[in-house]
Amino acid sequence: MTAHTSAKTPAGGSGRSSAALTVRGSATGTALAAAGFLLVAGLAPYVLYPVFLMKVLCFALFACAFNLLIGYAGLLSFGHAAFFGGAAYIAAHTVKEWGWSPELGLLAATVVAAGLGLVFGLLAIRRQGIYFAMITLALSQMVFFLALQLPFTHGEDGIQAVPRGLLFGLFDLSQPLTMYYTVLAIFVGGFAIIWRTVHSPFGQVLKAIRENEPRAVSLGYRTERYKLLAFVLSASLAGLAGGTKAIVFQLASLTDVTWQMSGEVVLMTLLGGMGTLFGPVVGAALVVTLESYLAATSLPVPVVIGCIFVVCVLLFRRGIIGELLARMPKRGG
Amino acid sequence: MNAAPNDDIILEARGLTKEFKGFVAVKEVNLQVRRGTIHALIGPNGAGKSTVFNLLTKFLTPTRGQILYKGRDITRTKPADIALMGLVRSFQISAVFPHLSVLENVRVALQRPLGTSFHFWKSEATLYDLHDRALELIEAVNLSPWANHLAAELPYGRKRALEIATTLALDPEVMLLDEPLAGMGHEDIEGTAALIKRVAADRTVLMVEHNLSVVAHLSDTITVLRRGEILAEGPYEVVSKNAQVMEAYMGTGHA
Repeated sequence: MTAHTSAKTPAGGSGRSSAALTVRGSATGTALAAAGFLLVAGLAPYVLYPVFLMKVLCFALFACAFNLLIGYAGLLSFGHAAFFGGAAYIAAHTVKEWGWSPELGLLAATVVAAGLGLVFGLLAIRRQGIYFAMITLALSQMVFFLALQLPFTHGEDGIQAVPRGLLFGLFDLSQPLTMYYTVLAIFVGGFAIIWRTVHSPFGQVLKAIRENEPRAVSLGYRTERYKLLAFVLSASLAGLAGGTKAIVFQLASLTDVTWQMSGEVVLMTLLGGMGTLFGPVVGAALVVTLESYLAATSLPVPVVIGCIFVVCVLLFRRGIIGELLARMPKRGG
Repeated sequence: MNAAPNDDIILEARGLTKEFKGFVAVKEVNLQVRRGTIHALIGPNGAGKSTVFNLLTKFLTPTRGQILYKGRDITRTKPADIALMGLVRSFQISAVFPHLSVLENVRVALQRPLGTSFHFWKSEATLYDLHDRALELIEAVNLSPWANHLAAELPYGRKRALEIATTLALDPEVMLLDEPLAGMGHEDIEGTAALIKRVAADRTVLMVEHNLSVVAHLSDTITVLRRGEILAEGPYEVVSKNAQVMEAYMGTGHA
């Protein structure tokens, strides 16, 4: 509120401080939310099943990575499972067959996802809307086909019994709590990268492109290059999420490369609120929770999630967090 | 006019032609924009003025013909690159970034020369040094009280003003304005026209307009287009007395 009112003062020297105030105001909110999240996430494994929480965190990072693309660059990818699932195979294979340490396996998974993202991006980035979505879908189907056919992925069986190993040769990840805090650290790191990207000079250009691409071009920005970088960043972090999931579940399987997985991440992001930083985290938590708890009941999971999605789109289109933010007192800028 | 030295012409089109599946939207247009002038391109609906504009700004590729900027052939140059050469355009439908603040709108244009536009690891705070310059530009178009408002919240006339501030942020040698006065109320037209006059003091302006009357006292040269071809060219006094223009254009009741 203070930022909003101070904005009304005439410009000159004061305008600069008012702009800084706006940023500081939102930074306080973000810091509070982050502290709250860390507190809850830090204590959660003493209350809830750690494997469940780790699954939530992996999908939350995946959804956040996806959101970087759709929420801040305005690009709807329908092929993100290729990065998530593809990276899971890389992490599982390097750790299990080549005996790499988990951190190296995750690094390899992220790098391969980035490379895949570069290839997908170069092929798809010049197209918009449905064409962009369809090209990414087609490319991810090719990755699915490879995952089904290549010998190292073991087809329908997937790569099973992946050892969790020792992180940095020190921390035994077979201990559930050690594994949990490692996953939490990975999530926080990935989230920090996204937060920084959104609030960077690059993020400003990205938002300008999302808002009005022809205008960004007329201001001298070669927009494809910015979108390509956003795509590669998003793919890398989706890969980090997928690799982490493979280490946690000690498994890389076809499920994570299917087009349904690409759809699920869209669903998580929209439910939570696309274009908001915490929205995808909430969306991912909601979907994973529903899937886990409904699995024990006789209710058909897809139908329930489908109904929630329909209600969400009809009643609060901005998603859960998006709607909350919109109803809060408005801040300037 | 023919005696003018060649470097007096900052932007030139030679035999510019654009066909859309057999329909000739722009036919053999030769246009010379002199440095430091306000040049208006007018014509009734469907005269091809927007097409000419989009060709000059590289948002469309000509079927035939050549475009020269300061004597350099830019016919094949990409639209983002001509902006770096000093040729910056506006848009017919107001071109702001709606969910960025007024300040951020201008800052996006200012930040490119920093060379950090790909730096996703840097803080947004590295851009705060640009705020003084951004606020100066915002002041110049009388938008200071709205600096921290979202562009989407501005009324139409002020969006156009913001657009001009954003364009000015690049300090372009040539400003190309696509119907800068269209859709404005009378109270805004005068102010915006004065603003255009003011910013044109040390640069060249090429603007597309629908109405002859609004550009009458603003432009040094007026080019009248009809059905994709140049009908008349010259200062208002000459163009407005042209019999063909009277018939084809004034007859529509816009003058």
